[in-house]
Formats: sequence, structure tokens, C-alpha cells
Amino acid sequence: MQLTRAGFLALLWLFVLAALRVVRSDLYAASGLRVAVPGFRKSTAAKMRGKAPRQLVVTHGALAGTRITLDGRPIMMGRADDSTLVLDDDYASTRHARLSLRGTDWYVEDLGSTNGTYLDRAKVTQPLRVPLGVPIRIGKTVIELRS
Amino acid sequence: MGSPVQQGAGPAAGQSSASNDPAAPTRRGTELLLLGFAAFVVSAALMLVEANQEQQLTLRIFWYGLAFLGLFAVAHVAVRKFAPYADPLILPCVALLNGLGLVMIYRIDLAMTEKALRAGREINNDVPKQILWTTVALALFLAVLIVVKDHRTLTKYSYTFGLVGLVLLALPAFLPSVIAPTINGAKIWLKAGPFSLQPGEFAKILLLVFFAAFLVSKRDLFMAAGRRVLGVDLPRARDLGPVVFAWAVSLGVLVFQKDLGTSLLFFGTILVMLYVATERAVWVVLGLTLFVGGAVVAYNLFTHVQQRVANWFDPLATYADAGGGYQIAQALFGLGTGGVGGTGLGAGRPELVPLANTDFIAAAIGEELGFIGLAALLLVYTVLALRGMRSALAVRDTFGKLLGGGLSFLLIMQVFVVVGGVTKLIPMTGITAPFLSYGGSSLLANYVLIALLLRISDAARRPQTGARPRPVPQAPIAEAHTVMVERPT
Repeated sequence: MQLTRAGFLALLWLFVLAALRVVRSDLYAASGLRVAVPGFRKSTAAKMRGKAPRQLVVTHGALAGTRITLDGRPIMMGRADDSTLVLDDDYASTRHARLSLRGTDWYVEDLGSTNGTYLDRAKVTQPLRVPLGVPIRIGKTVIELRS
Repeated sequence: MGSPVQQGAGPAAGQSSASNDPAAPTRRGTELLLLGFAAFVVSAALMLVEANQEQQLTLRIFWYGLAFLGLFAVAHVAVRKFAPYADPLILPCVALLNGLGLVMIYRIDLAMTEKALRAGREINNDVPKQILWTTVALALFLAVLIVVKDHRTLTKYSYTFGLVGLVLLALPAFLPSVIAPTINGAKIWLKAGPFSLQPGEFAKILLLVFFAAFLVSKRDLFMAAGRRVLGVDLPRARDLGPVVFAWAVSLGVLVFQKDLGTSLLFFGTILVMLYVATERAVWVVLGLTLFVGGAVVAYNLFTHVQQRVANWFDPLATYADAGGGYQIAQALFGLGTGGVGGTGLGAGRPELVPLANTDFIAAAIGEELGFIGLAALLLVYTVLALRGMRSALAVRDTFGKLLGGGLSFLLIMQVFVVVGGVTKLIPMTGITAPFLSYGGSSLLANYVLIALLLRISDAARRPQTGARPRPVPQAPIAEAHTVMVERPT
């Protein structure tokens, strides 16, 4: 009597555990979501480490061809006259974005602009690390970091 | 733990780790094995009931178990054919809950028959009807699975569904009491001959489909912010329409049909869907404020609400009153008798609780299987809702996400409301425990819900046909249009 009682409860929990095991084995499978593989990012990051960005190049827009040497001070971009890179661009705000050095990496930060700053094609909503050669778009102006 | 089932499920389980391989695993084998396991658990439960109730142990039980498995095997084959990539856990969980529900109803039938015999009365057993309902429900499940080939087609009929849902919800309140009698204080049934239906159960799902489609099409409206008050973006007054509508409908249900459970369930689910659609907590806060306001008004206006609350505060104080705390007190005594390990299936006295086989089936199970057994069943419900939510996360269209999330939440909310009521966590509101309780409409509606969830999970897990669509050639980055994206807060 006691044995069957405990046995049935054990059976019930065995079912729950079996179900949970399927849940576990299924965690990363067939979800339609790509899972970040930890090893992958590390190797690309290591490859990039050798070269530090030395200059900023404007590749598109009215200022195309402009180069600014990076000396570690933050770079302000916008229509304001005291900006490091003064953008004469209809889609740029007065203080549009800032590039700043943290450690060895440059980060781009949107300063509450109207039309936004894009790193590659992603909208910048928080400080983002800028890899070498990746375009940053502000209105019709595109800049990138080069070594 | 090394259960035998898992070794059996090996090949299917092993494959699944490679998520992007061309032949994505359907995992139907896992489903079949777990279904077999569920049938085994149910047969064991039936055997224990028979043994403890001193019925004759015959080979009959074996045939019952096999018939049960056969019934779900039909559903399994249909899933294999019509939704091959559907989630492998949903159907076995449902089978286990439904099977244990049948065993429990049978067990309470035995007790009631004995009681009736002693009093020299005859009573109708509920279990044959429930078996019939299960069969009908599975047929309906198949029909939904076959007819709804793609859940996105449902959006085409969303307004029709909404209208039909409203009519169904309101129907019993306006029909004469010959067809729509008041049972247990609620006017929510339609009666025809020996069968009674609660159209509200179906209305819930129809209205949910409508709301999901509506929210998807009008989503931008709800994102627009109105005035800022105390640092919170309040929605504009005209966008409050849907919340006010949901609030009005659930209050209407409360007032005209005296059905606390459906009203709570409906409003809660709509709120969660609004939150899922907009990611703005302000909707939940607003909704809860409206709800609290409505609840206070309802408490002051209706005696049956006051009664429920009084029963909730102290069931023993109103123990002897008509419609008093007797039922909840008995349920608590039952749960107490069961304790941690339970009295054993068939060895308790769950029939002492009125309505033990419908609203209070959780108390019956808690008495005979104890905390350990009831916790296992609650976990099975959780797994069910979890898989639904997961499918909703993974599915690629917004409507599917909202519908899947809403349906899963509806399921788990039902469990919360009924188990919370039985265990005196919240005031008791009369709704059924999905799949466990006796009741045709609830069973039918919940099987429709499960069919829709399976359909969504099939869409979520189905590998995209053919090669991945090539990225559309994008304009050179300098010429690309500036896209307005809302800054996440």
C-alpha cells in the first residue's frame, strides 16, 4: 500500500523529469534563433587587436576625403562650430555623435540626435565599439576608422 | 535519473543539438514515447484506484490503458501528418493531465455511487460522459489542426471571430432561463437535453484571436506616447479604447452572468497581450488600476462577490452559511489530510468536497497524491505553458507571437485562478482546471487552444523551405533612407 503510493508519485515525477529533459535537450535547437558561439567572437577579436585605429576618414558626403588623425581625444561630430568634425549635413543635429577612446577601443555614442547614428546598418542606441573599417553613418555622411 | 524513456528517445534527442542541419529533427519519436509513458502513468493510477477501492482487478485496466493510448495515438498520427514539426512535449503533457483527470473523476464517481447507494438514491456517473467529451474534443482538435493550415490565415477572419466571441459570451445572459439556467449562481450555461455547454469557454479563444490580430494591425497606435506624468509616458486617451473595451466586457460578464472566473481570466489575458505587444508596463499598471476599481465597485454592489471574499478571509467563519465557506474549508481539510505524500489514490475521501470533480479537482488530487503529486501536476502545466511561450518566442510573425503568448498565458492563468482559489490564495472563482476537471466545454475549448499552440509551434520549428532568402540588395549606405526607430527606454 505505502509502496504503491510512493511508487506512483515517483512515476509521476519521472514523467516530469523526462519532460524537462526534452526541454533541456531542445534549448538551443530549432528555435529559429542563432545562438552565439563563444569561441567565434574571441578569434575575430584577437585578429583585430594587432592594429589600432590611427585616423578617421570620411568616405561619403560633402566632406568626403577628409582625414582626422586620432590622438586619443574624443571626437565630437555635429553642426556646432566647435565640433571636431563639423558636419554641414541637413540630417545632422547640432551635437550629433561622439567618438571616444576607452582602453584601446574607440566607441561611438549618439548624443540624442534627431535622425540617429548608424554603425554599419545598426542604429546606435548605446556606446558601441567601432571596429576598423566599419562605416558609421550620420545623415548623408559616412565615416570609418582606419589604421 | 536515467529513466528508460530517455534512453529510448536517444536518437531523436541526440540529433536535435545540430540546430541548423538541413533535415531538422521533427522529434515525433520523443512525442510517441512520452505519450506511451503518459498512458502507462494513467493506467497505473487507474490500477491503484481499483485496488484501493476494492474493485476487482482484471485485465480490463490493461484494455482501458490501451484504448487511452490508442485515442492519443490517433492525435499523434494526425500531428505527424499535419504539423510534423510541432512541439513534442505539448501533446504528452495534455494526455497525462486528461488521463489523470479521467481517473480522478472515475474515482469520485465510485465514492458518490457508494454514498448514493447508502442513501438509497441513484446518481448518474460522470466518467462515461467525460470519456465521450474527450473523444469529441480530440476530434475537434484534429479538425482545427486540419482546417487551420497556417495560423496566419486566422487574421483574415479576426473581426468575425471577435463578433462571434462577443455574441457567444453574451448569449447566456440574454436568453430565457429555460435554455440558459442559472447553475451554482452563474448564468453561463446553455442547456439542451442532457448536455450543457458554456459558450464563454469558446468565446475566450475567439476573442483572443481577435485581439492578437487587432493589436498587430494597430500596434503603432499604442506605441505613441501622450503626456508625461510623473516621468511615465501615459498613452493617449483615445488609445485606451481596447483596454476600456476589455474592462467593460469583463465587467459585463461579472454583472450579468455573475461569473468571476471568466471575467478575471479575460481581462488578465488581454492585459498581458497588450504588454507583450507594446513592451510598456504602463498598460499593466493602468489595467490593474481599472481592475482594482472595478473589483471594489463589484464588491460593494453584489452580495455574491462579498460572499466569496468573506469565504476567502475566513472559510470557517461562514462554514455553516448557505453558499458559505463550507466548500473551501472542506478543500483545505482535504489538502491537509493529504499532507506531503497524500493518502494514496483511492484511499482518501475527496467526495466530501462539493464539486470535487470540477472546480475542486485540485483539492481531490492534493488529498490523494499530496503535495508531491500536486506539485508534479502543476509542473506539467508549467511545462505546457513554457513550451507554448517558447514557440511564441521562436515563431517568425508578430501575430503568431501574440497569439501563442496569449494562449499559453490563458492556460496557465486558468490554473493559477483555480488552484489559487482552492488553496485559499485568492478568492474562489468558479472555473475549471484545464484538462483535469469534468466539463465538456472546458475540455473542447482547451483542446482547440492546444491545436492552435501546436500549429504555432510547428510554424516556429519548421525549417525555412529552400535556401535562406538572399539579402535584398541594399542601397549604398550613403543613400540609404534614415529609418526612425524608437529609442528603447
